[in-house]
Amino acid sequence: MIPQSFEYETPSTLQDAIGLLEKYGEDAKILSGGHSLIPMMKLRFASPEYIIDINNIPGLDYIKEEAGLVKLGALVREADVEHSDLLKTHFPIFADVAKQIADPQVRNRATVAGNLAHGDAANDQPAVMLALRASVVITGSAGARIVPIDEFFFGFYTTAIQPNEILTEIQIPVPPSGTGSAYHKLERKVGDYATAGVGVQLTLDGKGICTAIGIGLTNVNPVPLRAERSEAALLGKPINEATIAEAAKYAAEDCNPSTDLRGSDEYKRAMVAVLLKRMIIKATERALA
Amino acid sequence: MNKEISLTVNGEAHTVSVEPRLLLVHLIRENLNLTGTHIGCDTSSCGACTILMDGKSVKSCTILAVQANGHSLETIEGVSAEGQLNPLQNGFKQNHGLHCGFCTPGMIMRATELLASNPNPTEEEIRWGISGNLCRCTGYNNIVKAILHASATMQGLEPASTEPQFV
Ligand SMILES: Cc1cc2nc3c(=O)[nH]c(=O)nc-3n(C[C@H](O)[C@H](O)[C@H](O)COP(=O)(O)OP(=O)(O)OC[C@H]3O[C@@H](n4cnc5c(N)ncnc54)[C@H](O)[C@@H]3O)c2cc1C
Ligand code: FES
Ligand code: FES
Repeated sequence: MIPQSFEYETPSTLQDAIGLLEKYGEDAKILSGGHSLIPMMKLRFASPEYIIDINNIPGLDYIKEEAGLVKLGALVREADVEHSDLLKTHFPIFADVAKQIADPQVRNRATVAGNLAHGDAANDQPAVMLALRASVVITGSAGARIVPIDEFFFGFYTTAIQPNEILTEIQIPVPPSGTGSAYHKLERKVGDYATAGVGVQLTLDGKGICTAIGIGLTNVNPVPLRAERSEAALLGKPINEATIAEAAKYAAEDCNPSTDLRGSDEYKRAMVAVLLKRMIIKATERALA
Repeated sequence: MNKEISLTVNGEAHTVSVEPRLLLVHLIRENLNLTGTHIGCDTSSCGACTILMDGKSVKSCTILAVQANGHSLETIEGVSAEGQLNPLQNGFKQNHGLHCGFCTPGMIMRATELLASNPNPTEEEIRWGISGNLCRCTGYNNIVKAILHASATMQGLEPASTEPQFV
C-alpha cells in the first residue's frame, strides 16, 4: 500500500506553511500526526499533490494556562494529553478519552488538533471539545480568528478551516470549582472507532443545582453532535434520576446514527442513552469529589 | 522529486535519497535491509512495524521516510549488544512469548518504550501498553509474562517462575 506521488514541503515557520498553502491551494494538505491522512493516502482515498509537513515548526507543542483558558498548540500529541498534569487537574475527561483513542503508538504521533481538523464524527476529541465548550484558533495570511467549536464542524471531512488556513491552537475555558467531566465510548475492541461515545462536563452549585453543562456525542450523527435538549433538561435543575432519564431520552431521540457493522440505528440510540446516564453520574461524582 | 535525508538507525548514520511517498518501514526493510521490522497490515492496526523514533514507539508503516530526516531510529536489530539477548528478548525466550515470531519485533520495540517510561508495570498496564500490537498465535498471556520477566530482571529482582501456565 503505497501513496500516490506528491511533493513534500517541510516549512520551519508558521508563516512559511501558510505561504505554501496560499501557493498550492486545494492541491495541498497539512500533515501533522499523519495517522488519519497517511492511512487514507495509502488506501488512495486521498491523493494530495503537495504535503506540507508542520512537524518541524518549533513552539507548537505547548499545553499552558493563560487568562482563564487552557491552550493546546497544534502539535500537542494524544500521548501528551494523556500525561499532562495541568489537564489532569482541570479536566478528568482527558484521562478517560486519551486511553480510548487508538493505541499507544498511534497516540505518540496523532495530534489533538488533527483529530478535530480531520472533521470525522467518528473521532473522539470533537465530542470532548463540545462538552468542554472549547474554541479553536484558525490562522491564515490575514491573521488568526477564533471559532467556537459549535461553528467548526460543517459536514463529513469538512470544517471551518479554509484551504489556506491552519488550526493553530485549541482553547478550553478553565471551569469553576464544583465541575466534573467524563467520557466513555463503546468500542468493539481496543483501537476501534466508537459504536457510540458520550462526553459530559457539568458544574454544580452548593445546593446541587446544575449551573453549567456540555454534552457531546461521538459517531452517532453525520457531524459531532451537541445534545442540546439533554443539556436544557439538566441546566438549572438538580441531578437526579428523573432529570438524568429525561436527558438520556432526548439524546437517544436527537442523534442520527447509521446502521453499520457496529450495530443498528436502534441499538446505537439505546447505547447513547445508557452512556449518557453513566457519564452524567460519573461527572457528578467528580464534581462533588 | 527525490529528497535527500539523513538519519541514524541503531547508532549508524545514513544519508539516502528517497521519494517522498516512500513509507519509513519500506526504507528500513528495503533500502537498509533491516528486515526484522515487519509489515502485518494495510490499516495501521497490527503494530508489527513498530520501531523507536527518538525513543518513542511508532508504527513505521504510518510515517513517511522523509519525516525521519534528522531523527534517530532503533529497530529490533539494534537491541542486543554483541549478540547477547537483552532482558526483553530473554523474557520472551524464557516464557515462550512467541510462537511464529511475526509480531515479536514489534512487541519488543513497544515494550522497550513501555519499560523505559514505567519500569515496574502491572499486568493491566502491560495489557494496555501492548494494545496496539496484535498477536495471532500466543493469546498474549506469555507475552505479558515475558514483559513482567524483563521488568523484574532489569530491576535486579528475581523473575517469576517460567513454568508455562495453562489457563
Ligand atoms: C489504528 C488507528 C486507530 C485510531 N483510532 C482512533 C480512535 O479510536 N479515536 C479517534 O479519535 N481517532 C482514532 N484514530 C485517528 C487518530 O487519532 C488520528 O491521528 C487523528 O484523527 C488525526 O490526527 P493527526 O494529527 O494524525 O492528523 P493528520 O492525519 O496529519 O491529518 C488529518 C487531516 O486533518 C488535517 N490537519 C491536521 N492538522 C491540521 C492543522 N493543524 N490545521 C489544519 N488542518 C490539519 C490534515 O490536512 C488532514 O486532512 C486512529 C488512527 C489509527 C491509525
Ligand atoms: S504494518 Fe500493521 S501497523 Fe504497521
Ligand atoms: S507469535 Fe505469531 S503473531 Fe505473535
